[in-house]
Amino acid sequence: MPRKVVITGLGATTPIGGDVPTMWANSLKGVSGARTIEADWVQQYELPVTFAAQITVPASEVLSRVEAKRMDPSTQFAVVASREAWRDSGIEDIDKDRLAVAFATGIGGVWTLLDAWDTLREKGPRRVLPMTVPMLMPNGPAAAVSLDLGARAGAHTPVSACASGTEALHQGLELIRSGKADVVVCGGAEAAIHPMPIAAFASMHALSRRNDDPESASRPYDTNRDGFVMGEGAGAIVLEAEEHARARGARVYAELAGTSVTADAYHITAPDPEGLGATRALKAALFDARAQAEDVVHVNAHATSTPVGDKPEYTALKAALGSHLDQVAVSATKSQTGHLLGASGAVEAVMTVLALHERKMPITINLDNQDPEIPLDVVTAPRDLPSGDIVALSNSFGFGGHNAVIVLRSV
Amino acid sequence: MASNEEILAGLAEIVNEETGLAPESVEMDKSFTDDLDIDSISMMTIVVNAEEKFGVRIPDEEVKNLKTVGDAVTFISGAQA
Repeated sequence: MPRKVVITGLGATTPIGGDVPTMWANSLKGVSGARTIEADWVQQYELPVTFAAQITVPASEVLSRVEAKRMDPSTQFAVVASREAWRDSGIEDIDKDRLAVAFATGIGGVWTLLDAWDTLREKGPRRVLPMTVPMLMPNGPAAAVSLDLGARAGAHTPVSACASGTEALHQGLELIRSGKADVVVCGGAEAAIHPMPIAAFASMHALSRRNDDPESASRPYDTNRDGFVMGEGAGAIVLEAEEHARARGARVYAELAGTSVTADAYHITAPDPEGLGATRALKAALFDARAQAEDVVHVNAHATSTPVGDKPEYTALKAALGSHLDQVAVSATKSQTGHLLGASGAVEAVMTVLALHERKMPITINLDNQDPEIPLDVVTAPRDLPSGDIVALSNSFGFGGHNAVIVLRSV
Repeated sequence: MASNEEILAGLAEIVNEETGLAPESVEMDKSFTDDLDIDSISMMTIVVNAEEKFGVRIPDEEVKNLKTVGDAVTFISGAQA
């Protein structure tokens, strides 16, 4: 039997709350984090999309000025979320050689990179600041969290676009099972609400254009969905070997029972319409967790609200869970948070862990007319989970054909 | 042209911005590394910001000679002349 891995700490900074308690309370109520962007650059560049889901508590309110100055916003979010998760875990004494980090990002330090490019063009190379490279590198969030906590068993950065945050949990589980670490701080961070990525995602028609009504723009499974809403923030989870957590009498939220990562090898951006790669990931994650389809009661779906993306996930769930899918309650929380790209899997994992722990499911908003081709049981009003031993899944899929699934079990 | 007092005050502001050290702790006889605990990457950031603020060029080979705050004030003052 592999080592059992449990979750003992949670952290988040998101468009629906700057910490886990606020985010969780809002997710049960059903609120939208999407707003019109109040920045000059929206008009300056005549962006076709003028709204996004921005974090509610600026990192500058949590970090010191000097700390923040040396970090790209993506790294700031990672540090804010991981500090909350670390405090929440209650770990005081640990061999730092046995503490690892797996912190993902989809895009990395895009603000730093493009600011430095502007500086180079306007003022020349001598004005490009020496901290530019450590701030823009995609491993910046993982490195900063490692430095902040003194984690010396490795600092890893899975990069698989919108599957990154979930892949970080996969990596964390492997690190503990293989005996390379006893505790891993996992997560994902993203700070890409910048005119260039907005222009680029809009150019591929991936973003909703409901500029006149941002709060209703993210509408997974709705017949009138027209694209995702850019979000930002970070989620963080403390994974711990079960025996390590028991020995210190830790509060355990749930077990990370299994994970799987597969690749479609189908198309660089389009999901396989038959969801074959996602199906393989779901089946392999359940197998890894020694769980049966019938154990699953809840899924936090990837469901980004794009016309082409939402259905293949349903097809894959149907293939993996069969007729039992009718008994599974699905939450599409991007309806509230927007799409946090490389952070989304981590934030959604936090919500799924809390769903098992509190036996309550987050709500899907904006589902006015459910797509008849996606007949899922979607949670649109407050609903409880049953007592007893239950299993929940969280899915993430990313450009590049990345599929990542985690299986969580109640404790 | 700025006086030495003005250059010191400007440098103290740049050091404060980079490190969080109180501006009044940035005194003429303080060593950047030994007293103010400024690492090389922070020192280069301070140099870039000082060049911009005072409109001078501080060559890379000169930076290693700027051991104290006073050395930097003297160099900037001379470069402005």
